[in-house]
Amino acid sequence: MSAATSQAVGEDIPGRSLWNDAWRVLRRNRAAVASAILISVMAVLVIVGPLFSSYAYDFTDWSNLSIGPSFETGHIFGTDTLGRDLFVRTLYGGRVSLMVGIVATIVSLVIGISYGATAGYLGGRLDHIMMRIVDILYALPFMFLVILLMVFFGRHIVLIFVAIGAINWLDMARIVRGQTLSLKNKEFVEAAEAQGVTAFAILRRHIVPNLLGVVAVYVTLTIPQVILVESFLSFLGLGVQEPMTSWGALVKDGSEELESAPWMLTFPALFLAATLFCFNFLGDGMRDALDPKDR
Amino acid sequence: MLRYSLRRFLGAIPTLLILIALAFFMIRLAPGGPFDAERALLPEIEANLRAAYHLDEPLPMQFVRYLGNLARADFGPSFQYRDYTVTELIMTGFPVSLRLGGSAMVVALLFGISAGSLAALRQNTRTDYTVMSLSMTGISIPNFVMAPLLILLFAVYLGWLPAGGLGEGSWRNMVLPVISLALPQIAYVARLTRGSMIEVLRSPFIRTAKAQGLPMYKILIRHALKPALLPVVSYLGPATAAVITGSVVIEQIFGVPGLGRFFVQGALNRDYTLVMGVVVFYGVLIIVFNFLVDLAYAWLDPKVKYG
Repeated sequence: MSAATSQAVGEDIPGRSLWNDAWRVLRRNRAAVASAILISVMAVLVIVGPLFSSYAYDFTDWSNLSIGPSFETGHIFGTDTLGRDLFVRTLYGGRVSLMVGIVATIVSLVIGISYGATAGYLGGRLDHIMMRIVDILYALPFMFLVILLMVFFGRHIVLIFVAIGAINWLDMARIVRGQTLSLKNKEFVEAAEAQGVTAFAILRRHIVPNLLGVVAVYVTLTIPQVILVESFLSFLGLGVQEPMTSWGALVKDGSEELESAPWMLTFPALFLAATLFCFNFLGDGMRDALDPKDR
Repeated sequence: MLRYSLRRFLGAIPTLLILIALAFFMIRLAPGGPFDAERALLPEIEANLRAAYHLDEPLPMQFVRYLGNLARADFGPSFQYRDYTVTELIMTGFPVSLRLGGSAMVVALLFGISAGSLAALRQNTRTDYTVMSLSMTGISIPNFVMAPLLILLFAVYLGWLPAGGLGEGSWRNMVLPVISLALPQIAYVARLTRGSMIEVLRSPFIRTAKAQGLPMYKILIRHALKPALLPVVSYLGPATAAVITGSVVIEQIFGVPGLGRFFVQGALNRDYTLVMGVVVFYGVLIIVFNFLVDLAYAWLDPKVKYG
């Protein structure tokens, strides 16, 4: 996926891979490119930003309780009712939200790909049973079960990953299975079978690498969903625990001080919405770029 | 058609059983119990209470007993609201939630379908881009972020609408909760409608209708709308689930005494029967609704064969 390939018009014409084509289409989509840049900026800001702030995320500034944004005090986003610097807390919240988004997506990715590819490739009775299980799970109102899980078994961060990953792998499994079904009758898979390659090796070497396009699109669209679920849980007071925070928890705090300290709501809400917005736009752009149907 | 309905109906039973079992055992295996108060009860009293609610029996026995009661539509007594049965509590909360969620769904469909169709008709114009970026915004702003922002704007700064409560059932109290609940769904419906409408408008039968000189609005209403709405119909199931889940927070934010609030309060108070009741009730509702949606889909789409 390097930018140089598009200029390499010399004596021999370079092959056009799916990724080269996709990259070219994606780069023309200004909204997607802007979103990708903004996401990178957000990631860097969230990781590096707190290092440059003179306040810790749990430090109480007793002389500046619940003050609005101002440069004189150094609290550029203001402080919350406990006098904690909102800028640092927003960035720390972003760390948690983005981390949950990425880790839980990987969890659902691993489960979804192995499950979907197995069902699709082995096919037959096993496929039927496996997809029936997905259908049954699909119809469950999972959010309620997740809420119960968090209420009853404590608010451990690992539990958040597991709970969210457990919801999201279903979509992934369905998509991957569909793709696998169409891939497994292709000539290169037949060739591998004829050479006596084992089913597991075919899945790993031939099927899964060819799924990556669809999966890449889906990952970009899953991350915002996961961030949303995490902030939903945090909003109900079931996410990460004080003094640690996440965007959802900050929005909850802010919504309780609407009238006295509106900045407590607006800054975290802005960061959360902007991030979700960018991921959705990027995912849409990638779908346009990687979807072979649109060529 | 009858055989198809029957098969789909039978297929829903394992889903329901798994839901009940998951919720039941998760709650019972969790640490803490309904009688954990600040003031500890005498051991004898607690033993008596547990016996009265059959909590002293082995878990599988309790589960079978619960299933038996459910079959008779008996959700049991609430642990927290001592004088009420769970059925009574659900019956007080559900009408409120239904009114909120139902209005949100109607609003979402009306606005979503109109906006999506408009965008499809004016594909790649400024109208299209506006609708699409607005709906992207709608999808990206979660309803629990939108709700306080709306309160801030319309209740706190402008003072046009009340910030919460039911206010003797006045419509003014419902406006903000319904909008916050409907906005993300409007956005999804608009995107779905636009996509499928563009595809339908390109198909030969629409070209024929155009060639015959039918005015555009007639083509749209008589020919294009029905096939274009199929994806929206299949989205109704997930949409209902999303609205129900969303109403848990929305009811919390606006202080609406619906089922969602019972659920959260019940979970925090370890009110086993109430929480189970709400989960089972909503589970049945979603499953039945999905079933109806599938039937409607099969009926609308001539390509679907019910075998």
